[in-house]
Amino acid sequence: MANIALPTQLPSPSISGTRRIAAQVRQYPIFPITVLLIVLVIPAIFAGQIAPQDPLKGSLRNRLQPPVWTPAETVNGVEVKPGGTWRHILGTDKQGRDMLSRIIYGARVSLTVSLIAVFIAGVIGTSLGLAAGYFGGSLDHLVMRIVDIGLSIPAILLALVLVSAIGASFGTVIAVIAGIFWSRYARMVRGDTLSIKAQDFVARARVAGASNFRIMLRHIFPNVVNTVIVLGTLEIGQVILLEATLSFLGAGIPKPTPAWGLMVSDGRELIVEAWWVAMFPGVAILLTVLSLNLFGDWVRDKLDPKLRNV
Amino acid sequence: MQRFIVVRVFHSLIALVAISVIVFGLARITGNPLDVLLPIEATQEDFDRVERAWGLDKPLPLQYFKYVSNILQGDFGDSFKWQDKTARELVVSRFPATLQLASLALVMSVILALPIGVIVAVKKDTAIDYLGKIVALLGQSLPSFWLGIVLMWIFAVQLDLLPTSGKGGIKHMILPAVALGWFQVAAIMRLTRSSLLEVLDTEYVKLARIKGLSERTVIWKHCLRNALITPLTYFGLILGSFLTGSVVTETVFAWPGVGLLAIDAVRARDFQVVQTVVLFFATIYILANLLVDIMYAYLDPRIRYD
Repeated sequence: MANIALPTQLPSPSISGTRRIAAQVRQYPIFPITVLLIVLVIPAIFAGQIAPQDPLKGSLRNRLQPPVWTPAETVNGVEVKPGGTWRHILGTDKQGRDMLSRIIYGARVSLTVSLIAVFIAGVIGTSLGLAAGYFGGSLDHLVMRIVDIGLSIPAILLALVLVSAIGASFGTVIAVIAGIFWSRYARMVRGDTLSIKAQDFVARARVAGASNFRIMLRHIFPNVVNTVIVLGTLEIGQVILLEATLSFLGAGIPKPTPAWGLMVSDGRELIVEAWWVAMFPGVAILLTVLSLNLFGDWVRDKLDPKLRNV
Repeated sequence: MQRFIVVRVFHSLIALVAISVIVFGLARITGNPLDVLLPIEATQEDFDRVERAWGLDKPLPLQYFKYVSNILQGDFGDSFKWQDKTARELVVSRFPATLQLASLALVMSVILALPIGVIVAVKKDTAIDYLGKIVALLGQSLPSFWLGIVLMWIFAVQLDLLPTSGKGGIKHMILPAVALGWFQVAAIMRLTRSSLLEVLDTEYVKLARIKGLSERTVIWKHCLRNALITPLTYFGLILGSFLTGSVVTETVFAWPGVGLLAIDAVRARDFQVVQTVVLFFATIYILANLLVDIMYAYLDPRIRYD
């Protein structure tokens, strides 16, 4: 028998190295990831290093300076309105604080609030959903009733009551958001748990003597974790939007913290004289939420396509 | 059917009770509810009066009973920011403005969204459809308060076509209504598209086409009637989002409705007014959802509680 040398690797001389890398990169949603890195993640982590100015300190001498590309306005050769300077690329607000630095620090606020809130909501919702689906009966009824009630209270109203009772703070915002968003995890995880519980491997685990807690944690949870991750990424954008809305209304992050929603609210009354104060933080919110929605859609298609209509 | 309605009404009642318990509990969670119920500048006289009115010297269950019976008699307490007005009077006097704005936004969003939804469904996978998808995505991602300010900047400050804010004629309503309805345009459009696509795939539509009916009759007469059930049931959610949306939009445009009242009350720490607005909005929201569910159950016999 003749020795036939089997090719260990298919020859692919037609595809060059760069092409292959390009093909691999194209599998990922490049646009949303790039925007997220530039607008949200890098500013949030390195705010202290990249922000050109102190976000809280301004001088009234520099108040309401326009962005860098605005030319100075002159009447008969006399300057009536100063132009933009490179010192304040996106201009300054009413207190003379640098807009760009405040937007960079604002990314930190948005990212922290949304990650903590989504995490808390995920832990509460997933545990209650697991328990309700696994044990069934009156516990299931109770949890699902609470979920229904939770979904029937408009989020902003709940926030308004909470804020007027306790006062606006970082913690209140997180509590409101987590209190609104946990119910979707609970509903989703409960549904999955109901169908997983009926499968053979759960019955076998029980026969093998596994405790209820162990079955939920080691046998059911790994099967719902994709759902939880997908819901989490889809929700971060909505959470950032809600936080910005609450801050805008004065029911969220308190002043003078540089939160995007608060900055838009500061710019509202200045819209005639200084459009940039409201405009740029809003653009940051829009880009962030838009990319998070696109990225969330991609994660869902990768991990859990059946959630398409959620 | 009757059983379904009874169960559904019962659930709505539970939700209402739950909301009243939440509001009641939040006012008492920080210790002395008077600190929450009254603003900082309240006098000792105010303290005594409110303590008597809400029975705050009694144990908690009795307090809740007193609280509910006060509310059921229409007594929501007095406002502190707006002197010599009760919280109820304030909400009632502001409600027409909110209703006006919400109706215009509703009409506008339906008039815009339905035809666009039909067109993008018929032109599935063409450039128009992709454009529709982008609009829908923007609808989900645009912060409505910021959209309001941008509209104000473009149409009031730059073009000087419309007034920036406040209440007046129809001109004052256009920008707020667009800002309020925008998100719903995107949502109704998506819903119409997906439910119409489902209907377009059914046998009776094929039959209608085989019969030789014009494409226009098939789509606008045969398909749309059936496709509208889903967007119709969405009505409850739309109403809810208009109510919470009115809080945002009215703040942006200084529109003197219930939403702006709530925000002014929060800023002045006028808790009695805040709780009245919240109970009022929540009741409308829950009732609307109840109505929609009952309507849906009539339209679609598959939906029942067993």
